[in-house]
Amino acid sequence: MSITNLLENWSDFRQQHPSDDRPHREYKWAMSIDLDSCTGCNACSVACYAENNLPVVGKEKFAHGHSHHWIRIERYWDNDGREFADQGAQFLPMLCQHCESAPCETVCPVGATNHTADGLNSQVYNRCVGSRYCNANCPYKARYFNWYDYPTTDNVWPEPMNQQLNPDVTVRGKGVMEKCTFCVQRLTVAKSNARSAGRSVLDGEVQTACQQVCPTGAISFGNLVDPLAKVGKQWMKQQVELNKDKQAKDAEEKAAKLRGYRILEGLRTYPSVMYLEQLRESAI
Amino acid sequence: MGKDIREDIAWAQINKDVLKSLESPRRMYWIILFIAIAMIGVAVGSEVYQYQTGMGVSNKNNSHVWGLYIATFIFWIGMSHSGTLLSAILHLMHADWRKPIYRFAEAMTTFSLMTAGLFVLVHLGRLWMVYYVMPYPNERWVWPNFQSPLVWDMFAIATYLSSSVLFLYVGMIPDLAICRDNIHAGWRKKLYTVMSLGWEGTDRQWRNFRITYLTIACFLIPLAVSVHSIVASDFAMSNMPGWHVTSFPPYFVAGALYSGCAAIITLFIILRYVFKFEEYMTLPIMKKLVRLTFAIAMVWTYLNLIEFASVWYGHDQTAKDQLIFKATGPYAPFFWAMIFFGSILPLMLAFKRFQTHLPILFVVSILLNVGMWLERWMIIAPSFAHGHYPWTWDHDQWPSLVQWGIVFGSFGWFTLLFMVFCKVFPSVSMYEVKEMVYHRSLALKHKPAVKGDY
Repeated sequence: MSITNLLENWSDFRQQHPSDDRPHREYKWAMSIDLDSCTGCNACSVACYAENNLPVVGKEKFAHGHSHHWIRIERYWDNDGREFADQGAQFLPMLCQHCESAPCETVCPVGATNHTADGLNSQVYNRCVGSRYCNANCPYKARYFNWYDYPTTDNVWPEPMNQQLNPDVTVRGKGVMEKCTFCVQRLTVAKSNARSAGRSVLDGEVQTACQQVCPTGAISFGNLVDPLAKVGKQWMKQQVELNKDKQAKDAEEKAAKLRGYRILEGLRTYPSVMYLEQLRESAI
Repeated sequence: MGKDIREDIAWAQINKDVLKSLESPRRMYWIILFIAIAMIGVAVGSEVYQYQTGMGVSNKNNSHVWGLYIATFIFWIGMSHSGTLLSAILHLMHADWRKPIYRFAEAMTTFSLMTAGLFVLVHLGRLWMVYYVMPYPNERWVWPNFQSPLVWDMFAIATYLSSSVLFLYVGMIPDLAICRDNIHAGWRKKLYTVMSLGWEGTDRQWRNFRITYLTIACFLIPLAVSVHSIVASDFAMSNMPGWHVTSFPPYFVAGALYSGCAAIITLFIILRYVFKFEEYMTLPIMKKLVRLTFAIAMVWTYLNLIEFASVWYGHDQTAKDQLIFKATGPYAPFFWAMIFFGSILPLMLAFKRFQTHLPILFVVSILLNVGMWLERWMIIAPSFAHGHYPWTWDHDQWPSLVQWGIVFGSFGWFTLLFMVFCKVFPSVSMYEVKEMVYHRSLALKHKPAVKGDY
């Protein structure tokens, strides 16, 4: 990027409104999570720790809110007068929503978080200075800061746990922000393989770690541009459109039968994760 | 109301009195200096510990990512505004009473900006990478994100700091020449000789000086307003409930002038005592200053009410919940303390008997600033505890001693810079006071000696 390039292609370096005339060409990674299938077992969270080298901060720091679960299972207790053990709860796995118009991207002073051509919200660890403005402006609070230098802290990856660190993913030092990447290291490999074979990535060819381990298959992940992809079909069936901040179906009565929604859609973040509403009773 | 200044002070006497402040302050000066250095020690210790260990020791966490550092940063930025108000705005309005006190107000501007700048560094997770925020040519052609209000902040503060240093220095040149001519040989003589730029007081020099000073003053006023508006944009441009408020920029500017004026009252009283400036920092001047502070306090109160009203009657339910949370939740004691110190306590200043009562004013002015600091904290913290998303509705967050230590030490740092400045440079503008005395005696000459004797 030279200054002439910066001046001539200024609009390319600005955040675009997703409904601007710049459709994703080959890939738009997206997810849907069926809350009816989710049992709150936390397997996704554990898989994410293993895949993405998340530091295990220990009980004390966890209680201080210094944890790094890129995907977290949120638990909401029922308020129906029943005590714990009999009290029901609902679960919601929350991860970075990879918003098409992400509030975190516009505020980062150094441009460490950007939108990729694949519709991912990327985080460049080397560029991050740790102002934490992105987290402050994230409505979902799905970003996690390295409050300590975990690679040099004892008992984060005690021997021989350090041997299982994923070589495809960096281990982050203190003072940088991190968050769910939709397992970008897997996407890169899949895209590279597909390119060698002269085609696009097929549906099901790449899975995120959380999707892979989910025992009930609650998570689907794929390419929204691909008409054959499961995730695209789900979005279509639920009549949830990526580039709308208010879905047309919500105004219609038949929408009661449709379960798809996106969280805090009204803030015009255009999230890439669709949730399917829970139908059954709360789990006990 | 008494006279702002006695018209029969000889010019030589003014020189003598002010130059004395460079030599022999009361013992209280050294006590203050010592306490300030001790306070800085606390901050440096805390920062070294935080730098080595990681930001976690400040006890911020993943939904409360900002804390006292940002709150205190805004506080110090705000403090810097009154210097410009007194020296630039009142200069353009030909308010003579500002003359004996504007120099130290301007020094306050510079030093509080320098303190604020430190908080940006202390706040960063990777302080050693801070230069990424600046647009500098590099081999990868990577630029900062010009959309980010934090980058605007960097530009605004750097511009404001350099301009206010320039303003302070230019306004001081004639006085530095007086120092040069009157001080015994030594390092100070050399310093004043270099800094006074060969000032001789010729007509041409005065003419150029006046034009330069006026130009910088005019340049500084819009700058001061824009700096705090940009700091306000850090919040107003975000989407957090409690921050996303259109009226934030004027609200911040009013708050800035308010806390700055309160700080001028505090420092007025300290300097008057420590450097024996009773002849120049007179009670009638104090009275005008207090009235100005009172007026600004009311403006601030009004803008505060506007903010509450626009949130209350707006249809953003989250913002409304946030306001109710502030007033009734775990932050309620601080919120109501802010209202009390910021809006109710200044009502005292409306009464004549308090307007010149120095001990009471000293305490009140400090409490006003406590209120203004609380205001900044009440902008930052509650929004993190009650945002858009219910999972983050967790109030179990209290700043650790590391944060408090650095905030505490910053007051020592400011005091040290300020007190050293007052000892090395004339903190009362000699040439402007002479002007003031001259204006007064002129006015007296044209006035009839006895009423009706015309």
